[in-house]
Amino acid sequence: MSRAARFLLPTLVGLLFLLGWEILVRANDIPPYLLPGPMAIARAMVEDWPNLWASLLVTLGVTFAALAAAVIGGGGLALIFAQSRWIEASLFPYAIILQVTPIIAIAPLILIYVRDGFLALLICAWIVAFFPVLSNTTLGLRAADHGLLDLMRLAGARRWQILWYLRLPAAMPYFLAGVRIAGGLSLIGAVVAEFTAGTATAGSGLAYRILESGYRLDIPKMYAALALLSVAGIAIYAALALVSWLVLRRWHESEVRQEL
Amino acid sequence: MTLVALRGVGKTFSNGTEALRGVDLALGAGEFVSLLGPSGCGKSTALRLIAGLAEPSAGRVEWARRERLGFVFQEPTLMPWRTVLGNVRLPLQVAGIGKSEAAARAEAALAQVGLAGFEASYPRQLSGGMKMRVAIARALVTGPNLLLLDEPFAALDEITRLRLNEDLLGLWASSGLTVAFVTHSVYESVFLSTRILVMAPRPGRIVADIALPEAGPRDEAYRTSAPYNEACRTVSAALKAAMS
Ligand SMILES: Nc1ncnc2c1ncn2[C@@H]1O[C@H](COP(=O)(O)OP(=O)(O)OP(=O)(O)O)[C@@H](O)[C@H]1O
Ligand SMILES: [Mg+2]
Repeated sequence: MSRAARFLLPTLVGLLFLLGWEILVRANDIPPYLLPGPMAIARAMVEDWPNLWASLLVTLGVTFAALAAAVIGGGGLALIFAQSRWIEASLFPYAIILQVTPIIAIAPLILIYVRDGFLALLICAWIVAFFPVLSNTTLGLRAADHGLLDLMRLAGARRWQILWYLRLPAAMPYFLAGVRIAGGLSLIGAVVAEFTAGTATAGSGLAYRILESGYRLDIPKMYAALALLSVAGIAIYAALALVSWLVLRRWHESEVRQEL
Repeated sequence: MTLVALRGVGKTFSNGTEALRGVDLALGAGEFVSLLGPSGCGKSTALRLIAGLAEPSAGRVEWARRERLGFVFQEPTLMPWRTVLGNVRLPLQVAGIGKSEAAARAEAALAQVGLAGFEASYPRQLSGGMKMRVAIARALVTGPNLLLLDEPFAALDEITRLRLNEDLLGLWASSGLTVAFVTHSVYESVFLSTRILVMAPRPGRIVADIALPEAGPRDEAYRTSAPYNEACRTVSAALKAAMS
């Protein structure tokens, strides 16, 4: 399938869906406080833009900080785990516990103990996002080809040289796949944390806007905030996919197009 | 002069497999020695013991002095994220040799195996035979005096294999290398070697040590000559005896 078709087909489906939605709303005279049409939502977006834009920036701030912390924390922990099976065996179960405990359940506690609102949200989002980076990178660092390991040993490579020349590049595809998942999870984590925080924190991200508009029955604005979140999620995913492509396009099967 | 010798070497893996028992073997300087035997008789294990990639569970590996080793594995074993030049340069980089000198030496090694012009390609862009050549260039780049090859051409087609055989012989003849070469093929071993060690399985051991007298240049004509056929017969018989 051509690149253009891959882009055009979903766009077409989306446009048809929006058109059907608008027609449905107009034909049945559905009031906007029940179900606003796409036009009404677009109007709300334009009217409330300064407010929504500021909120988007707040949410994205938490998201990117959490993603950076997940990349550094997850990747760094994986590097430490790779140094010793003992450390890995001692700590990995706790990483799993953090991962499997629903963030919704931990968030209220974090919000109580951490006074700084931004930091509290950041911690919540980080807990959700770091695990895929950690587990993928740990796996990748161990996945180095045994033949290549023999080769490095024959060449008299030191530990750091094996890490630098072999293990890190071999782990790169795994790491990047983890980062791609972490990107989406950071946004989810940030929004969940904002919901839990409600008005408790000084910040007012998009989740807070959704809650606030809900109380006021401003349904079009709820949809507008929701649409912004989706766009942000797609943009993050696309950006990380691009990074992955830039890094791997020359050699890794996943990014190399097979010539037929 | 003996470069390296295995003395009464045995190897038993932790799962109880006895891969080698009582192996005595000496590689003299300038020899081209083939290890010939059926699958699973411990040829790779013997080579790995020589290279120090595995420890013997009995006996000793004795070196006259420290030698520079080159090792070519059964598969090309290249780093897919490095270019051809990057792969060949790797052993020099690990040894801390400067970038420009390493690149120059890697280019020379690539020219030696007939791959000049492919420096910037990635392994996935090469054919199987070309990948094997890269692996050989990488083994040669450090200027080894002992080259260990583990069935390097087993996965290649007959034509490529014959050509690489001749290239390898040329390298050996021109450089004074000592070569230990693992193979399944009677014909390949007879064509290449100055001495053939025939191995038998379960447990792996050396059952025949056949020296091949120097019979003129090893070229296309040698493949159809009487001494070649005679040697093939002798080695085949030894191999058959080993299998029964
Ligand atoms: N890491 C290992 N652990 C356990 N057993 C092993 C290991 N490596 C090899 N063996 C066993 O040792 C024996 C010899 O193996 P080796 O790889 O040396 O054979 P080979 O002669 O090189 O065979 P082939 O020609 O098929 O490559 C086999 O029976 C094999 O199962
Ligand atoms: Mg083998």
